[in-house]
Amino acid sequence: MSRPIEIRTSPHLKRARTVPQIMQGVVWALLPICAFAVFQFGLSALLLLVTTTAVAMATEYLFARLSDRGNTLNDWSVVITGLLLGLTLPPGFPLWMAAVAAFVGVALGKSLFGGLGFNVMNAALVGRAFAQAAFPVAITTWTPGFAPGRFWELIPSTLTPPFLQPVAVKDWIAGLNVDGFTGATPLALQKFQHIEVSSLDLFTGMVAGSAGETSALLILVCGLWLAFQRLLDWKIPVGVMLGAVLVALPLWLMDGNVYPTPWFVLFSGGLMLGAWFMASDMVGSPVTPWGALAYGLFIGILTVVIRLFGGLTEGIMYAILLANAAAPLISAVTQPRVYGARKEGRS
Amino acid sequence: MGILNFFSATKTFAHGIHPVEHKEQTADKPIRRLGFAPELVLPLTQHRGKPSRPLVKVGQEVVRGEPIAAADGFLSVPIHAPADGVIRAIDLAPTAEGPRAKAIFLKVHRASTQEVLYDLPRDLNALSSDELIQAVQDAGLVGLGGAAFPSHVKMKPPAGHPIATLVVNGCECEPYLTCDHRLMLERPDSIMAGIRIALQATGATRAVIGVEDNKPDAVARLRERIPADLPVTVEAVETKYPQGAEKMLIKSLFNREVPVGGLTLDLGIAVYNVGTLAQMGDLLPRGRGLIERVVTVSGPAVFRPGNYLVPIGTPLRFLLEQTGMSEQAGEVILGGPMMGMSVASLDVPVTKAVSGVVVLESQDPDLAQRQVLPCIKCAACVEACPVKLNPSLLGELAQHREYERMARDYYLDQCFECGCCAYVCPSNIPLTQYFRIAKAINRDQTLKPH
Repeated sequence: MSRPIEIRTSPHLKRARTVPQIMQGVVWALLPICAFAVFQFGLSALLLLVTTTAVAMATEYLFARLSDRGNTLNDWSVVITGLLLGLTLPPGFPLWMAAVAAFVGVALGKSLFGGLGFNVMNAALVGRAFAQAAFPVAITTWTPGFAPGRFWELIPSTLTPPFLQPVAVKDWIAGLNVDGFTGATPLALQKFQHIEVSSLDLFTGMVAGSAGETSALLILVCGLWLAFQRLLDWKIPVGVMLGAVLVALPLWLMDGNVYPTPWFVLFSGGLMLGAWFMASDMVGSPVTPWGALAYGLFIGILTVVIRLFGGLTEGIMYAILLANAAAPLISAVTQPRVYGARKEGRS
Repeated sequence: MGILNFFSATKTFAHGIHPVEHKEQTADKPIRRLGFAPELVLPLTQHRGKPSRPLVKVGQEVVRGEPIAAADGFLSVPIHAPADGVIRAIDLAPTAEGPRAKAIFLKVHRASTQEVLYDLPRDLNALSSDELIQAVQDAGLVGLGGAAFPSHVKMKPPAGHPIATLVVNGCECEPYLTCDHRLMLERPDSIMAGIRIALQATGATRAVIGVEDNKPDAVARLRERIPADLPVTVEAVETKYPQGAEKMLIKSLFNREVPVGGLTLDLGIAVYNVGTLAQMGDLLPRGRGLIERVVTVSGPAVFRPGNYLVPIGTPLRFLLEQTGMSEQAGEVILGGPMMGMSVASLDVPVTKAVSGVVVLESQDPDLAQRQVLPCIKCAACVEACPVKLNPSLLGELAQHREYERMARDYYLDQCFECGCCAYVCPSNIPLTQYFRIAKAINRDQTLKPH
């Protein structure tokens, strides 16, 4: 043997899958949803996604450099954060606000905790929560999809100059002559006017809403692909949906005029996107099998409670952030019984 | 036991992993005898327990099969001369574990024959249980699956714990290794003879052979060779690593768990490797000692991989000269690649517990340059751990040096270092190594006077 013998510790074999591969898988799964957002809302949605992703990456790079962690862009996780943030914002959201939200999300939600793996909460949602508090009007200004000129003209609010309030889009929307567009999301319609949008429209995305949350079907397909690739724990999204139905079904049975149908609850708003792509974020979710299910149920139940009894129309964001905070606790109380251990306590 | 097990016909345990098997390299290679190295190195500690006591002096002539070291107490075994020759020295020799240890150096006569001249035939049926257990110890038998625990010790359970069942371990779940597979195919009668002896010595009323279902030929062969009067069954268990760990095999076969801190004897079960029993069946009737064993020599850097009958004490250098080794060789592992140890020197000899020598190519740069990233809580390790620990959490505690807490609150001592967690970790965290270190430090702490 010519070379010095190599010494390593067991195991000497290693499975191929790495963190960057997992993250890239999630990015791949998000791309069809991004594509649909661009198809539905046009150039504005594209610029929005590019902005959030670029700013998120730049922020990650900056903070990793400042804290001597080297270049952490190659783990791809921040790309997911950027894309997800963009998908949760209204399509005509002013770009400068989106940039601020991306910066705050990555900086406060991730980098200051120590980067990948150490963040307590989902960074994209931290950014969105910040935007919700800072720009309450812009984040609830909805524009209709499939506007005729969407691929060559922007929604007027998109290019709002920094630190200025966006122009009102009412006139622009009126000019589009879209039948029946009220500027309200299906959730708001249901909550305040008890008008329920057809489930088929919700399923296929023919409604108003954030850039990437409109088509429940598409999100479901992409999420299922991730689950089959074992890139997400299926117990989490299933838990979220189950939890949502558990609250919504009895209420709907009690009074169908006031409370929405369970399928409306499932397919409206950000529930699907949140369940499959944000609640399932590995870093913020419990590692134990039963913990994952409990965490999902918690999010689902809380989302519907906020939607139906809280002041907000959508509750998935705060539900996930709260569940993120509770995840270590959930993990701790759902430790599986160790092989050979007695049922209760230590032997 | 998960819900899914209810629907599956195969016997198995929860969690575990499916590494690439790499067994095709040697699975069809019949066992072949290897010649004698010019000098054999026989460490006095080839087993768990007290080192053997040398019976020979430097310069003394010995014949193949003759005892050259005696057992020092009950938890110890003798060593026999694997070849005719002369004792050159009793000195320190390199071992796989690292530190050099005392060993007998046997210079082999050129004319040494393969015939064993040291024989003591006897009628085993006339022996009592205790005499039989003594005979097992005299044969120098240890667990040949890799544990190297003296075989006779397991035959004598503490009072009040009778052995009811003998579990025969033919799983061979480590990638690359096929020596047990070949033994089951080629020497089923020796295995049956060994089972008969073990049943007689322990008083167990039945034996169950567990074989992974990737070896249907072995299952069939064993089944057709069961003597009519022997209470033996052969069970195929799921092919999954670490099925061959005795705790996992017991779970798979009987859906029972060895209690934390306990032994298989607590369940009235004694577990033996098929290789150990084959040797028992061959050696005991003739009163011989363990002087050779089947070793799988395999891996991408070996030219002539195969299953070789190797005299104990053969230096790896000689063994690998015989099988050929490519320039790309990087790591030489004793045992399988999941739990085996890489050696620092090719002067390390094959000892009783070495089931395989796997030579991997110099690590591919892709893998070598893989960074260790922070844990992303993906739970892959939690889903892999066969004893259902939380390696993610344990790893975090290890990084904070909370070793005592790992043992006190999170069952660190249940970890048997199977390597599943480190194998699946996408962040490339050396979890198994963390736990090995944590356990070693805890051991030191308890030994230290306060």
